[in-house]
Amino acid sequence: MKDFAARALNQAQMKGATYADIRIVTRTTQHIAVKNGIVEALEQNESQGFGVRVIANGAWGFAASARVDMREIERVVAQAVAIARASALTKTRDVNLGARIEAHGRFETPVARDPFLVPMQEKIGVLMKADAEMRRVPGIKVARGEMEFQREDKTFASSEGSFITQSIIESGCGIVAMASNLESGEIQVRSHPNSGGRNQVTRGYEFITECRMPENAQRIAEEAVALLSAAQCPSLDAATIILDGSQVALQVHESCGHPIELDRVLGTEAAFAGTSFLTPEKLGNFRYGSDVINITADATIPGGLGTFGFDDEGVAAQKTDIIKNGLFVGYMTSRESAQELKLGHSNGTMRADGWNRIPLIRMTNVSLLPGTWNADDLITSTDDGIWMETNRSWSIDDKRLNFQFGTEMAWEIKSGKKTRMLKNATYTGITPQFWGACDAVANENSWIVWGTPNCGKGQPPQVAHTGHGASPARFRGIRVGVIK
Amino acid sequence: MLGPEKIKELTTQVFALSKADQTEVLVTASERALTRFANSYIHQNVAETNAEVRVRVVYGKKIGVASTNDLSPEGLKRAADTARVIAMLQPDNPDFTSLPSPAPIQNVETYVERTANFSPDQRAHAVSVLCKKAKARGVVAAGAFTTASFEVAVANSLGVFAYHPGSLAEMNTVMMTDNGSGYAARAHADARQINAEAIADEAISKALKARNPTDLEAGEYTVLLEEYAVVDVLNFLDWLSFSAQAVQEDRSFMKGKLGEKVMSENVTIWDDGAAGDAIALPFDYEGVPRQRVTLIEKGIARGIVYDTATAAKDGVASTGHSLPAPNSDGPSAMHLFMAPGETKKSEMLKGVERGVWVTRFWYTRVVHPLQVLITGMTRDGTFLIENGEITRPVKNFRFTTSYLAALNHVRAISQETKLFHEDWSNASRSVPAILVDGFQFTGVTQF
Repeated sequence: MKDFAARALNQAQMKGATYADIRIVTRTTQHIAVKNGIVEALEQNESQGFGVRVIANGAWGFAASARVDMREIERVVAQAVAIARASALTKTRDVNLGARIEAHGRFETPVARDPFLVPMQEKIGVLMKADAEMRRVPGIKVARGEMEFQREDKTFASSEGSFITQSIIESGCGIVAMASNLESGEIQVRSHPNSGGRNQVTRGYEFITECRMPENAQRIAEEAVALLSAAQCPSLDAATIILDGSQVALQVHESCGHPIELDRVLGTEAAFAGTSFLTPEKLGNFRYGSDVINITADATIPGGLGTFGFDDEGVAAQKTDIIKNGLFVGYMTSRESAQELKLGHSNGTMRADGWNRIPLIRMTNVSLLPGTWNADDLITSTDDGIWMETNRSWSIDDKRLNFQFGTEMAWEIKSGKKTRMLKNATYTGITPQFWGACDAVANENSWIVWGTPNCGKGQPPQVAHTGHGASPARFRGIRVGVIK
Repeated sequence: MLGPEKIKELTTQVFALSKADQTEVLVTASERALTRFANSYIHQNVAETNAEVRVRVVYGKKIGVASTNDLSPEGLKRAADTARVIAMLQPDNPDFTSLPSPAPIQNVETYVERTANFSPDQRAHAVSVLCKKAKARGVVAAGAFTTASFEVAVANSLGVFAYHPGSLAEMNTVMMTDNGSGYAARAHADARQINAEAIADEAISKALKARNPTDLEAGEYTVLLEEYAVVDVLNFLDWLSFSAQAVQEDRSFMKGKLGEKVMSENVTIWDDGAAGDAIALPFDYEGVPRQRVTLIEKGIARGIVYDTATAAKDGVASTGHSLPAPNSDGPSAMHLFMAPGETKKSEMLKGVERGVWVTRFWYTRVVHPLQVLITGMTRDGTFLIENGEITRPVKNFRFTTSYLAALNHVRAISQETKLFHEDWSNASRSVPAILVDGFQFTGVTQF
């Protein structure tokens, strides 16, 4: 690969590029899906290719090809340079990447059991057992389970002298039970360990075992059936709500992770993903949340879905303060955007979805740091409130201010105890007001790094895999329930 | 472009490698380029060449799937071997009947050479039209211009061989002032049909009208939904309601409703993958010809779409709406059309005493699938309508409303339609604007 990369970088410079980098990527994914006792999907996919990113005439160009052979280099590099020269037609200034970066290294995800070496029968057996447990519960219409494994081997080299190799392994799994009652027009789902099909991490098959899907299958099936006849979550203008850790993780993802992407802030995602309410003048002097809110972007957390050794610009993984005691103090940056705000250097968050996409600023592991409360005390100290658990729907505006989330299950809390199950719970708010209303965050005993394997951004579309550490948290005066 | 002969060669190689009872090969290939602009200059500009072979093998009722984009003999062998190993390891799928047999497929010409050959300079010049117009009018331009050629081919060991080449050109833009924005987009198989000037003018005009939005209380309003918003309604009906799998799993309102009135009498929706005025694909990913399926006719539920698996369950024939195997999502109505009405958009506006003009929706998500209850935001041009005229821009709303209920309160439908291509799903939609009573806005944001 070294020769291949060197040839491409040399060709780019010969054709007039003032900067060039190349990523050579092979991605293998394995997907297993079981539904109602049948193995519905069993597939293994591999995708390989290389992408060359250049600056020529002061503007960006990128071209990529699946044909990883020496003959293809010349065509792809020439295409990238031609594209860069075309980009220069509308440029207002030259691209500035800041100080030269020369990095060398290798990163490998540590795994106890390589998921690609685990026998297929074992994986199918776990899913089938969980599936059977769910379908034993009367009233379950659909039981589903899935596992997803990914291995990505990538080489990065740049005309500044960087040469980096990484092998990143991911493991994910989840089960879902669905119950329905057409007569009452009701449909309810429960998931484990997280919604959206699965939870995912950068670890080996040991994560799948720890998720204990068969052991949790009956519980979620019974909860799905019980929800059919549960009371409707009331509509309240100002309620106390306690969110479980997985829902807090998604709240962080949507209302903090996205608005701190500096490319959004600077307008370069305006046409699709949108912009951000966290405009540059707010950096260092905007109260984002209450004093108990501390958020970091940390690509070094072991096992996090946003964990790696180097980003796709060759910048080493870092931990960055984002919100400190409620104050907004940091963005996620790239080399170019860091220069635009005169922030010195990139904090290493440029990530590309495979060989055929350019890197964009993407979340690493954006986490709400643990607070001081025992999780149980959040409930026992609440006189009147609602516990909400496991995301069901999520939506937020294009500046990341107005949001509405729904959860699979909720519980009414009266005098410090969960009293009755509630269905179709939703809550809504405005981001800084919502985080400002947080009065308690549970401690490290209930802090988990959740994975979001489906974060969309960019044109052409890219899907990023991001991590979010979170524990349960309590919020006061929140608008709840819009379903009549 | 690989071309049909090269693709046939690839599929023949895979058939020779496979010892399965039945074998299917899906080949997808594309040359795709996208020029992206923001802050009125090109900031991302990319191109990619890719081709993938997806192999599905069947041993009795055991099925395995593997794919690769390494088209060398070694790569194809690896994919065929992996598919075989996967199939042999799994239990029987009692629902599987057979891969489909050959059937005549309509030829649809949607490949335009000049789109396939569109150069970076041509895209940059088209984008520069938008950027220059934006600067001249004091607004900021963002957006993307895509040109692509693609090939889809399906072959199986029962004799199916289906091949379709196509092209796509798509431009979208958001034009922004300090506190308002406007949107416009067009898609067509022929890049020459993408009129950058018209797109720029539409979005700039709207952005300027949207400056200084004012507060308007959330609540129930009559809404004029532009085509950009209506396409979202059809997307959710495809995903939640029109698929046989959703019906079979009790997740769709269409269950038990065929022949009954479910929407307003002026609403007719059908799917037609062979229509020349769509971004067509005349067969599905199993090689079955796509049938024209009437889903809603004058408000009455008439049909749903099938792939071979869901069709076998209901004892009917596939309508040619499969997604690539292995498919947990069920069939998809990828080429939806909503029938235009007889009223011009400007005339529809005149009939509104008090309402809201919505340019498009954003970040829409399912709250309740059976009710098609959706939450989302308005974006890029939201206006108050009073006495038949747009009177002022308003801050964007959050809505939580049933799209099904909305289609049951359609007062008027526009003569004009727009064609859309959905990047994420590769679907195409042709929709008019609609005037809907009783739309529920449940919140307001700060801009």
